[in-house]
Amino acid sequence: MKKFIAIMLVALAAVSAFASGSSEQSATVATDGSTSMEKVILSLAEQYMIDNPGVNVTYNPTGSGTGITAALEGRCDIGLSSRALKDSEIESGLNQTIVALDGIAIIVNADNPVADLSIDQIAGLFNGSIKNWNEVGGADAPVVAIGREAGSGTRDGFESITGTEDACVYSQELTSTGAVITAVSQNPGAIGYASLASNLDQVKTLTVEGVQPTEDTVKSGEYKIQRPFVFATKADTPLSDAAQKFFDYCVSADAASIIAGAGAVPTAE
Amino acid sequence: MNLRQFLAEKGYRDNPRRLAEDLIHLVFLVLGLVAVGSVLVITVYLVVSGLPAIIKIGPAEFLFGTRWASTAAEPEFGILPFILTSIYGTAGAIIIGVPIGFFAAVYLAKMAPKSVRDAMELCIGVLAGIPSVVYGLVGMTILVPGIRILFGVPDGATLLAAIVVLAVMILPSVINVSLTALQAVPREYEEASLALGATSTETYFRVTVPAAKSGIFTAIVLGIGRAIGEAMAIMMVAGNVANMPSIFRSVRFLTTAVASEMSYSSGLQREALFSIALVLFLFIMLINAVLNVLKTGGRNK
Repeated sequence: MKKFIAIMLVALAAVSAFASGSSEQSATVATDGSTSMEKVILSLAEQYMIDNPGVNVTYNPTGSGTGITAALEGRCDIGLSSRALKDSEIESGLNQTIVALDGIAIIVNADNPVADLSIDQIAGLFNGSIKNWNEVGGADAPVVAIGREAGSGTRDGFESITGTEDACVYSQELTSTGAVITAVSQNPGAIGYASLASNLDQVKTLTVEGVQPTEDTVKSGEYKIQRPFVFATKADTPLSDAAQKFFDYCVSADAASIIAGAGAVPTAE
Repeated sequence: MNLRQFLAEKGYRDNPRRLAEDLIHLVFLVLGLVAVGSVLVITVYLVVSGLPAIIKIGPAEFLFGTRWASTAAEPEFGILPFILTSIYGTAGAIIIGVPIGFFAAVYLAKMAPKSVRDAMELCIGVLAGIPSVVYGLVGMTILVPGIRILFGVPDGATLLAAIVVLAVMILPSVINVSLTALQAVPREYEEASLALGATSTETYFRVTVPAAKSGIFTAIVLGIGRAIGEAMAIMMVAGNVANMPSIFRSVRFLTTAVASEMSYSSGLQREALFSIALVLFLFIMLINAVLNVLKTGGRNK
């Protein structure tokens, strides 16, 4: 029994020593905002925390609006927004820095003869006002709109760019980009959307208003179905040391490959 | 208390084997409590995290609202479409799956030659072991396009596809439990019937099956339990749009409503998903209660 107690005491001492050792000198960078940017910000944070032990980058997935407010009120270091800041928001004392661009490809079945659509036509196909492909120069086949689940960043981006928020009449709401691509590849009347970074070999990617979606056309702004990923920071108060370093890392060329890996188009050269 | 005193009092000092025995009892009790504890934790957690949203939204609006738009500018949280879809989908799976499973069980228990029975039982075992995501994958790539072509609908991801997948998924439990029940019927019942001049088919359906009735009901209720709780396979074939259920429309079940939106949900939307889980949990509890009544009812006879 004595032996047992002794072992327990040693173990306890070891655990407490370990616990107190690891809590020393850690700095926290708080980010808050867009759920669409989750993948980008978490990939950046993960790499940054590996390179800089002792710094803790947190992310609170609340939505662009909440993230911007949080940055303004000083509740976080960096507010994340997946839309450009409004003039009123900039006037209220925020700086915006575009760290990446998000291009969304419009995909149809490989057998669909339609090759190009305007944004209005895309909106019509998704909100149910265009019910047959022959209305946009395709075959006589019913339109089957396939989208993502409510809360998905891709859905949010697509719907806000095409002006179809809460108006889309979906035939299927799937929970991953891969599922959307598979469903579109199997139904001749299907139309869907997917992040530009995904593998789109199985389906046909449409040009939008004559522009092929590529990294270059997204960067130049020619391809319309895209949105910026923005860091919102307070204009009058400087960032803390740790936050400034993380910020600099995110907009540097070093972070570009991480951003690309997370499915967005990096803006840094 | 002094350790020595304690040991003496319990009589452990004179009898070390009793100490070992009691310790082992304690270990097994703790292991048993893990299961009980999990149930308690899950129940309490679901109620605590599920109730606030129901109160915020309003119980009537939540349970009987027909529109679910959780991320809209003016969100609406009506889960009647999910409840009805779960009920219709499960009922459909039972209507298709139970007759197939039941007759298969009668055949296996009474008519099949041994070699056929061994082969079929092996297949059923494999069917039971297939992960639900595989059912979903096959359903997605074969059944969904199949329904689209066969019935001429624009899209095959419908309630029908979900029903067919569920019907196949409940087959193993329906067959196995019915089979056990049929095999447990005493041979003398059948011999008496045969001796009175009944044909073997008459004997099986008039004597054996009624005698195994409670076991067969148990099989059906187990099938209902499996069907109503399935999420993964359904999510891949049902389309997941929050429509009121109709056989050729894309639908969302209680399970898939939780699973599909959970990953990006926040605020009231997330709370409402817990509330859906709570409703689903109550359904499952109800089914388990029915199952218990059936089991005890069978024992008393």
